Formats: sequence, C-alpha cells, structure tokens
Amino acid sequence: MRSPLLIIVLLLLPVIGIATLSVRPWDARMTTRIAASLTVVQLAVSLVAAVGYHSRGGGAFGLTYRRVLASSWGLSFDIGIDGISIFLVILTALVTALALLGASHGERTFVRWILLLNVATLGAFVTRDLLLFFLFFELTLIPSYFLIANYGGPARSAAALKFFVYTLFGSGFFLVGMVYLGVRHQHIFGGDVTFAYDELAKVALSPAAATWVLVGFLIAFGVKSPLFPLHSWSPAAYAEAPTAGSMMLSALLAKLGTYGLLRFGVALLPDGVDRVRPYVMTLAVIGILYGSGVAAVSKNLKRLVAYSSLAQVGFIILGMFSGSLVATNGAVLLMFNHGIITAALFLLIGGLERRRGTSDIAGLAGLQGPAPVLAALFTVVMLGSIGLPGLSGFVSEFLVLLGAFNAHPWWAAVATTGVIFAALYLLWAYQRVFHGVAEGDNATVADATIRERSVLAPLVAAIVVLGLYPALLLRTIEPSVVTSVTHSAVSHGGGQ
Amino acid sequence: MTITMPSVNYLAIAPILVLLGGSLALMMIAALTKSRVSLGVATVTSAAVCAVATIVSVFQWSDVSSHGESTTLAHAVAYDGFGIVATAIIAVTTLLATLSARDWIARARTVGVEFHILLLAAAAGAMMMAQANDLIVVFLGLEILSIGLYVLVAYDRHRSTSSEAALKYLLLGGFASALFIYGAALTYGGTGTTTLTGIAYFMAHNFILQPGVLVAGVGLMLVGFAFKVAAVPFHTWSPDVYEGAPSPVTGFMASVVKVGAFAGVLRILIGALGTQATAWRPLVAALVILSTFLGAGLALVQSNIKRLLAYSSINHAGFMLLGLWSATPRGVAGTLYYVMTYAPVVVATFTIVSLRGGVNEDLHELGGYRGLARRQPLLGAALAVLLLSQAGAPFTTGFYAKFAVLTAAVDAGGAWIGVAVMVAASIAGYFYIRLVLSLYDTHDSAEVVTVPRTSAFVIAVGVLSALVFGVWPGPLESLAQHAVLLLP
Repeated sequence: MRSPLLIIVLLLLPVIGIATLSVRPWDARMTTRIAASLTVVQLAVSLVAAVGYHSRGGGAFGLTYRRVLASSWGLSFDIGIDGISIFLVILTALVTALALLGASHGERTFVRWILLLNVATLGAFVTRDLLLFFLFFELTLIPSYFLIANYGGPARSAAALKFFVYTLFGSGFFLVGMVYLGVRHQHIFGGDVTFAYDELAKVALSPAAATWVLVGFLIAFGVKSPLFPLHSWSPAAYAEAPTAGSMMLSALLAKLGTYGLLRFGVALLPDGVDRVRPYVMTLAVIGILYGSGVAAVSKNLKRLVAYSSLAQVGFIILGMFSGSLVATNGAVLLMFNHGIITAALFLLIGGLERRRGTSDIAGLAGLQGPAPVLAALFTVVMLGSIGLPGLSGFVSEFLVLLGAFNAHPWWAAVATTGVIFAALYLLWAYQRVFHGVAEGDNATVADATIRERSVLAPLVAAIVVLGLYPALLLRTIEPSVVTSVTHSAVSHGGGQ
Repeated sequence: MTITMPSVNYLAIAPILVLLGGSLALMMIAALTKSRVSLGVATVTSAAVCAVATIVSVFQWSDVSSHGESTTLAHAVAYDGFGIVATAIIAVTTLLATLSARDWIARARTVGVEFHILLLAAAAGAMMMAQANDLIVVFLGLEILSIGLYVLVAYDRHRSTSSEAALKYLLLGGFASALFIYGAALTYGGTGTTTLTGIAYFMAHNFILQPGVLVAGVGLMLVGFAFKVAAVPFHTWSPDVYEGAPSPVTGFMASVVKVGAFAGVLRILIGALGTQATAWRPLVAALVILSTFLGAGLALVQSNIKRLLAYSSINHAGFMLLGLWSATPRGVAGTLYYVMTYAPVVVATFTIVSLRGGVNEDLHELGGYRGLARRQPLLGAALAVLLLSQAGAPFTTGFYAKFAVLTAAVDAGGAWIGVAVMVAASIAGYFYIRLVLSLYDTHDSAEVVTVPRTSAFVIAVGVLSALVFGVWPGPLESLAQHAVLLLP
C-alpha cells in the first residue's frame, strides 16, 4: 500500500477516538480499551505505510498528497513521509499505545488529551509544509500543558507554566523565520506565497540571512529538544508530568524539536549551518556533559532520566550538525532509539512510583529481591541507554561519534566521555535502587505484572533487535538523509 | 441660487440607510405608541435590520465584483470591496451584540428601546467610517459611533460605575475626536482637499518641500485613532470603561469600534497617505510594540476578567496595527481578516462574562471562573475555545489572524517587529492559558450560570466561527484577500 490515504487514516484514528469518547462517558476500562485499540490500529497502519514506503526505495517523499487550503497565505494540506519521518510516525503510534495501556487510569479527559497529543505529534511528522508543521507543532502545547498541569505531581503548576512559556516563546522565532523564508520565495519566484518544503529548498538566502533564520529555528527547536542552555523547563516538566505525559514528552515531543532542526534547519539552510556549526556543536557537547553530570547527582529517578535525555539529545544534535552523513544517519536512528528507551524508562519508573509512592532514589533500595523481573527489565533498558554493544543505543551513538570524529575530532572526543558518564550514573542509580537489602515497604514490592511485562515486551524487543540488526531502519533512513542533504547542496549551486 | 445635488448610488449606502432607518423607526414607534415597546419587539426589529443590512452587503459585493469600485455622493463615500466587507462585519457583529444584550436587558431590569436605537445608530456610524472617502465623513462616522456609545456605556442606571465609565469615555473620547478633527484640518491645509482619493492624487503628483503641517496632521489623526482603538500609550481609559460599561456594550465596543476605527485608519493612512508611509510608520511601530507588550504584560496582573479582557483587547489592537504598519495590500487584508475573526469571538466572550457577572455585574473576579468547565462542561469549553482563539492557538481563527498580519509585516521588511510581537504573543498566551486552566480547576468555586437561549446562540456562533474557520480558513481568507481598498 502506497496511498496517502494511509496517512490520512493515521490522523483520523485518534480524532475518531476523541469523538467516540466525547459521545458519552464510558467507564475507565472501556475508555482505555477504545483509545488503546485505536492506537494499536494506528501502529499497524503506520507499519504498513513504512513497508509501502520502503518498497519504492529512493530517499524522496512518498505517499504524498497536497491540497491548497488558503492560497494567499500559502496554507496547504501537504502530507508525505520519508525515511526520516516514517520511524518517528511508528514511534508516535507505539509510544501512545503503550502509554495508554501501561500508564493510563482511564479518565476520559486524560485519554482525550493523550489522543489529541498523538494527532498533533503525528501531524507534525507527516507534513511537508512548514506552516502546517507549525500548526501541529503548536497544537502539541495545549494537550501537554493540560496533561502536566492537571494530572502531574505536587509542583505541577509551576512545571507546566515553565514548559508552556518556554515553548511558546521559542516557537515564535520559528514562525517568523519560516514566514521570512516564504516571503523570500515569493519575492524571487513570484506567485502565491508558499511554505512547501520542496519550494523553500529552492530559496537561496544570503549567508547572513540564512544564519539569522537558522538561529530562530535553533531557538524554537532548541527549546523543544532541549538544547543546552534552553533546557531548564525540561527536568521539571518530565518529573512532574504523569507517567504517560513524561513518556510522550520525552519520547515524542523532544523528537519534534530535533526533527524540525534536521528537516527545516540543517536541510533548508546549509549556509547558516556552516556558520553556526562550531557553536551548536559546542552547545551540544556541553549538553552531553552537563546532562550527564547533573544526572549523576540527581536524587530522583525521573529527573535523572530527564537529564540523561538532555545528554542524549546532545548526541543527536551533535550528529546532525557535524556535517557528516554517517553521523546524521546515526542521529536519526538515535531519535528513534532514544524514544524507545526513554519511554521504557519512564514506564518502569512510573511502575516503581505506583508501588512505592515515590521516585526518589533515597526511598528505594534492594528491589531486586522482591521484584526480580522488574529489575531484569530495568537492566536491559538501562544497558540500552548506556550504549552497550548489542543493544540499540550503542549503534546510534557509535555512528554519531564515528561521523563526528572524522569531521570534528575534538568535539567528538569530548562527547565520548559522555558515554562513560552515562554508564556511571545509570549503573550507580541502578545499584542504589535495586541492590542492597530491601527493608520496610521496599521488601514487599510486587514484581512486574503480566500487563507491565506485555507492555514493556515490545520496547525491550525493539532495543534488542535494533541493537543486533540496525540495518532494518538504516537502509530506509540513509537514502532520505542523503536526499535531504544533497538536495539542499544542489539547490545552492554545489555548496559543500 | 441653485444647488447641484450630487448623484447618489443608493445601493452603495444602503446598509447605512437601513441601520439608521431601523433606528429611526424604533424611535418613532416608541414616540407614537402609548404602551412601552417590549424588549421582544425591539430586539427582533434591530436584529432584522442588521440581517437586512448583511444581505444588502451581499448584493453590494456582487455589484462591485462585476462593475468595479467607485465613489458616490460627490466622492464622499467609497464603494469598494473593503468597505463592503467591513460593513458586513459590523452588521453581523451588531446582530450578535443585540442578541447578547437582550438577556442582559431582561436581567438588569433596564427598560427602554433607546438601547437598540443607540446601538443601531452607533453601528451605522462605524459603517460610515468603513465607507468614508472623505476626512469629514470619517469624522462624522466617528462621532455618530462615539456619541451613541457614550450613552450606551452609561446605560446601566442601577450602577454608578456605569455612569463613571461613561464620563471617562466621554471626556477622553471628546479629546480624541478633537485631536482627530484638528489633524484633519491640518491635512486639508497641507493638501487642499478632504477627500481621501483627492489627497492620494495630490500626493502622487506633488512633492511637498516642507511637510511639517501634513506630518502634524497625520500624527494628530493617528493619535485620535489610537485613542479610539485603545492603543498604548492612549489606552488608559479602556480598562475602566470596559469594566464599568454593561458587559454586552463592552463586547460591542471591543468589536464594532475596532472594525470601524481600523477601517477608517486604513483608508486614511494607506488609501490616502500611503505614499507618506515613511513618515507615519515609525509612529505606528511604536504603537504596535507598546500595545502588544503592555497589553499582554498588564493583563497578567489583573484579577478582574473585564479588565483582563480590556488589556487583552489592547494587545489585539497592537496586532491589528501591525497590518497597518506594513502599509501594503497584504497588510490591509491581514488587518481586515483580524477584525473579521476577532469581532464574533470577543462578542461571544463578553456574552459569557455578562452571564457570569450577574445582575449587578459584581461577579467579575477571576476566582469566580475557577472550575466553571467542571460544573458546566459546555459553557466552560466554549469559553476555553474563545480564549484560546484570542491567544492565537493553532486551528482557530485567532492563529491565522496573527499569521496574516505577521506575514504582511515580514513581507514589508519587518522581521524584527515580527519577532517582537511574537514574544508579546507568548506573554499573552500565558495569561490566556492560565485562565483556561483555572476553568478546569477541581477547586469548584463557580456558581451555576444559567444560559438563556439567545445568549447560547451568540456564544455558539462565536465558538463555531473560531473553530470551523480555524480548520477551514479558505472562505474568510479569500474574502479578506479580495476586499480591495479603493485606490486612485
């Protein structure tokens, strides 16, 4: 199947879910069941779309459809997927389904917010039009704000507020930069203004203008990703959000930032990238070191994962801005892998929190005794995050560092220490939480339930399979990365 | 001595005539019948009058589409797509305001058909500004609009704050009108004509060596308008007046006054004085920056919803001015789209505020809105949508409004001002979302608000306009795009 209808179905499924749940108040069980089954269908459809896309080969967009909605604004419904976005689409469907199955209490409004967040994220990943991307990108703010502010932990209001203000502030810069690109396109080529990706790729900005636009994009996507020093909203938001919210924030929304940076920053503005490269790479490396360092001293597991995410996003951005194809491939793969791993980590921590009422490291000890299966699951996921060879995290980080090292050895060398730090803070945390002697409430912790095991199984399977056979994704990712990078080079008369 | 009567294209001024005629008819009925004119009769009459004016504007649109733009009444009135669309917006918004006021009048036990007479007359004044092709006609419209409003603001005679607000509005409004007419006089002195097309023609064919008089004239007219639309630093009256006026009147002020005033200012500054843009753009830029930032910033610290919405409206005035700043057809279309989509949303918002405020308008504290959406999901969701649309949330008309003026500004070389207003928009987004969140608070302090059917209709129109055209913006976009401003 290679029809754009598949993508439209992907977008319609959560909308149908929201409508169904709004018709009448189903009980919690039924609510979860309706929403989860729709997202499972969504996952299946996205897999069909991936196979359909891959079968055609090449790196260009597939399953495309375009319809102009408002010509004088350049607003059009313009969808399509390529090797970079398709796995993020799959990731979105997968994480949403698992968040609903593993971390939802079935409250109607809660589930509707999750579904709205799903459709917004998905919409942003499948569009080829910058304006439509922005609409979906902004739309994610509303459900995530309500998920944090209404269902989060004790400090949820402040966390939600910080998240909202930071992201809204950043996105304005993207909007202005995007409008500038569209207007330039109109000045050069005439006709109606347009924000179609392929069209904007033809615009040759002066290096100075390209740099300014890219700086705008960096602010917007740097907040969302998050890129040091725009990250300060993220630990609070990840820690205070309900488990399902943390999963979607860190696994999906953060990817919206890195995805936007790659697709609209690196690919559209190569001249700007040349100028800002050393600065962005430095910020990425600082993010890696700072994130790892703070993760090591975090007293709370959720905050630890939040800071470790900062480090991982540092790797992604380092790879994308290194100017190396290998590293960019690695970065795209890392987006997917990090999504899987961080979703699994938040799911596990959410489970601990449900059992013990806290995710503070100090309150947990010796859980391996009473809960061996939980500990085993945690181990696999954690090792994947550390980047143990044979698990998924390794391949992507290795590609990023390899590519970056060839182009910019110093940055890569410093970034590599981040891998060591990751081993340090994760193992240390694991030691404190799972080793030792369980006393008091810790001694009676229940082991992983059937439901938890089955929800985590696909994630663990993905970590293992992609560790052993990364070509499964890479062979689809690579042509698209090549296309989007060379495509911009060609349109700029050679460039680099 | 013979007086030559100018030729009159009655279709061109039909909506104004319909509204003034309706107003007069109500006045006659009130004067000639013994018993009081019932609220029902007054409401139905003025609603019907507005509906007729709207329908007439559809005929005007097709007439202008096939025969082109023109002027009539000795060039005093412009007959163009821009004026027609603005007129239609005013007619529809007045219709909504009439319905919104119906429930308020019934609750507040105020009697008298004067409310509707004044409302229709004020709306006719706004239409006059929208269609004016002469500084004098702009002033005439401005005064008809303002004088009607002075009385309407004071209409709640059970509350002294209402009269207080009216006095403030009267004094500052009179001041603004004086500034405007002085500016118009200076402009006449500088160009030798008061018709807008005449001024534009003069500007296109003459080079003014010492433009001091003209610049002063333009500056004074701009200040007069800035007062009317409550742009910072000429905004100080608006929170007090918004708070004191009866809520449906506040909704009318926030919408119809903006439509009329912006239509007028676009005509004068872009239509007539577009060639002088370099002279007035810095002034407008200052108004844009100050209004967007101060409007958003001061809204953050309000505890009364009407004052909050007043500052929010100041913030919106800043955005509307951004389209003016760009001084291009795209900017005109952007501002027109902005007022077109803002008007129904703000009327619906003030309808909810009016219902929630109670008979004595004393329940406007923000705390009273806490948990509204938990107790009354539909009403709460409606208010949430209206606020989010004003915040510029995606897939609502509010987003496209900001996008349209932003594109115009960037197109006119204003990326810097675009960045500035987007920062202000993010501050504004914060106070809107905070209010929306409090609607969903579990701390339920909200009392049950009864929603009469006419009010429910107004709210539904506002919400649906924000959502339907948020997902399907094409029709309104092309309307704003094709509403061409008459240029000589």
